[in-house]
Amino acid sequence: MEPLTWTGDVGVFLDPIAYTLAILFIIAVAVQIVLSVMTSGARVVTNPDGTLSSAGGPYGTAALTTRYLGMAFGAMILVYLLIGAVAGPATLGIVGGISQQLTPVWIALIVTFFVSIRYKRRLGLYGKLFDSNVGMIGFALVMFWVFAGVMAGLFDWVTTHDSLSQVSGMKNKGPGTPLYGAEDSEYSWYLLGGDNLARDVFSRLFKGAWVVVQIAPLATLFAFMVGITLGLPAGYYGGRLDIILSFLANLILAFPVILLFYLLVTPEITATGIPNYMATVLFIFPLVFIGVLLNARYYTQPSFRTPLLIVVLGTLGWIYLSLISDAGTKVAVLPETLDLFDIDSGILVVFVSVVFVNAPTVFRIVRGLALDIKTRDYVAAAQTRGEGPWYIMLWEILPNARGPLIVDFCLRIGYTTILLGTLGFFGLGLESESPDWGTTINTGRQLIRAYVHPLLPPALSLMTLVLGLNLLADGLREESLKD
Amino acid sequence: MGIFILRQLGVMLLTALCLTFIVFFLTNLYPNLEKLAKTQGNFRMSEEEVQSWLEPRGYTDPMLVKYGRWLGVVPGWINEDAEGKVTGKCFKSDTAVDDRRTFCGVLQGDWGFSLVFKDDVGGLVATRLGATGKLMGFVLLLMVPLSLIVGVLAGMREGSGLDRSLSTFSIATTATPEYVSGVVFIALLASSKFGLSPLLAEWGWIDGKTLFSGSATKAVEDATFANFTLPVLTIALYGMGYIARMTRASMTEVMTAQYIRTARLKGVSFGNIVMKHALRNALIAPFTVIMLQIPWLLNGVVIVETLFNYKGFGWLLVQAAGNNDIELLLAVSVVSVVVVLITQLISDIGYVFLNPRIRIS
Repeated sequence: MEPLTWTGDVGVFLDPIAYTLAILFIIAVAVQIVLSVMTSGARVVTNPDGTLSSAGGPYGTAALTTRYLGMAFGAMILVYLLIGAVAGPATLGIVGGISQQLTPVWIALIVTFFVSIRYKRRLGLYGKLFDSNVGMIGFALVMFWVFAGVMAGLFDWVTTHDSLSQVSGMKNKGPGTPLYGAEDSEYSWYLLGGDNLARDVFSRLFKGAWVVVQIAPLATLFAFMVGITLGLPAGYYGGRLDIILSFLANLILAFPVILLFYLLVTPEITATGIPNYMATVLFIFPLVFIGVLLNARYYTQPSFRTPLLIVVLGTLGWIYLSLISDAGTKVAVLPETLDLFDIDSGILVVFVSVVFVNAPTVFRIVRGLALDIKTRDYVAAAQTRGEGPWYIMLWEILPNARGPLIVDFCLRIGYTTILLGTLGFFGLGLESESPDWGTTINTGRQLIRAYVHPLLPPALSLMTLVLGLNLLADGLREESLKD
Repeated sequence: MGIFILRQLGVMLLTALCLTFIVFFLTNLYPNLEKLAKTQGNFRMSEEEVQSWLEPRGYTDPMLVKYGRWLGVVPGWINEDAEGKVTGKCFKSDTAVDDRRTFCGVLQGDWGFSLVFKDDVGGLVATRLGATGKLMGFVLLLMVPLSLIVGVLAGMREGSGLDRSLSTFSIATTATPEYVSGVVFIALLASSKFGLSPLLAEWGWIDGKTLFSGSATKAVEDATFANFTLPVLTIALYGMGYIARMTRASMTEVMTAQYIRTARLKGVSFGNIVMKHALRNALIAPFTVIMLQIPWLLNGVVIVETLFNYKGFGWLLVQAAGNNDIELLLAVSVVSVVVVLITQLISDIGYVFLNPRIRIS
């Protein structure tokens, strides 16, 4: 079989148009930037009849041209993806193959956007996100990776081959190489080529997305629980508690992150059980947080509060114990039969260290917000009503701090993704055959000057995901400031 | 002001002590010592042999005593074996009895001996720091002016096309960690088979095979444009976006201030307003950000030095941590912690110094 070209037969006609559009677009953007420095932008002109109109001048023309060219270029990309999804690799080469494999992701994205835009007025801050272009682009990028990761990880939909199986003859082969000795049941190409162990780069890319999608949001959430549970009392009470907690937070923040990773994530340290003990401490915070949250709200109705707390804390406690206890490690409190699931020890260590690194920053943010908000009138009103301190912290201060916290949550998931990549880059924590992006970059960089195709896809994926999260945070910030 | 600085210094000292103790504790845990014994002795040592290797060298003593020895406040270990040969932490066995010191630790300027590099830790760290200082210097030289220009240009007319394109650029750079941008740069500019270099070589525009070199090993002694550009660019790019965004935020705030409006109403030209009225006030906040960014640069330095094989401080950190070279690792962490704390101190003091509106009680 012939190796696939990037855009196949149809590309012969489409490519020149796409290239022309791309070059024109870039020129237009450059012209626009130059003009925006040189000219003073749009100005208001008074017409002879006394009406006013806005005259764009050369800058306005450039801006308009850029916008239309950008739209045309975007439409061109959509045409590629659409043809690809329908016709597949035979007509549109590698791009077609990738687009076809991603069909479920496209469908999920279209459905999400359709529903969200349709009902955006009823969806609060989330709905407002769809008023901002930046926010929408960010959201699309993030959801693309979330859908792709989940579908590849849970259902094996997107991937074409097993992410670990090695096929002889495929070592370091370029993108679009037909599978050597492929059987009928197998996908006949390595869409993005093979890596130095003859594994499919395309499939590993999306399996890697699953690793990130699993760990990054959850680790960030845990870091937030820790930061909030400690930051609220530090800011609200102040005094000695604040001094001690702030000192501890600064202590962790003064550590160079990589040194901390190297100290925590080595097999020797794992053997001493320190990560397990840290997990035991760090993972209890969500429990404390939710327990206090519910208790502060419902303690006036004991008949409702007590069963609620028993059910919620019982379930969470069981999950917590299953999470931390692992047969064969230092923390094995739960008998094997009651243990719901076992977390791979490598992933647990990575998880713990990422939470540990992120929590102090969240603590500082929450503390600052609490210091600011506790002087407001509604807090004074709650104090006069005789509400308890935890009720005020969790039900008066926290909801009013949600704007900055949601924005920071998005940014922090991005930062956590970068940290995970850093861990992989130094070969710490995850196994060497793990498909996650950092590890792939690490293994690929040995041969970087000869073969770039195993390396660029994970690098660019990581970039687009983090960029998406940053844009999403930017859009959210913009929209939440509008209230 | 004096009391403020003194208190900051006190906190700094306490933090440094705590942090070094944590590093000391983690590196001196038993599994690490066992690995150390096996790499220094031989890999097939039994449990007792490991013990007998560790014990005379003082590794099995209580943690606090060991930490005190490293600091230089507890006398070093002295040991006499069966043949009457005396060994000690602070002297070699052939040192004359009168010259033997009791204390040898960081306070005495004795940083210990690196087991991986077979060299004195103090000298080792100093030379590597020099190399990294060069890298950081070039990074700051590129990053600071560029990010300030980007931030000021973006912030002087909020919401304009220029603002939007520059802001997108800064977001994109903050979303690109060093190991991604470094890899992309090498692929595009330093690969003989991919990217720009083969094209340029074919057209005869460059002499060698590649435009830039993907390895900066030689740059320690002899930094050239070809081998030093990519590492510097990689670190500078990631740090740039953040500083630029902070500068932009500070600039937009200043541009809405009353005195700027007064100046505009009086007919001062836009260029003059930006250069003479706004700029000085807008640069106070970025100063703090730049100082606080330096510890983050340290992270970038570690990644970039590993990626480009530039043998500096970050490379040393990876070697020390990867091989559990205890004394080297401790020295490295002391240096990095001190860098972090000093930059914090400078940024605190500088902020007060630059901004007359802030007074410390």
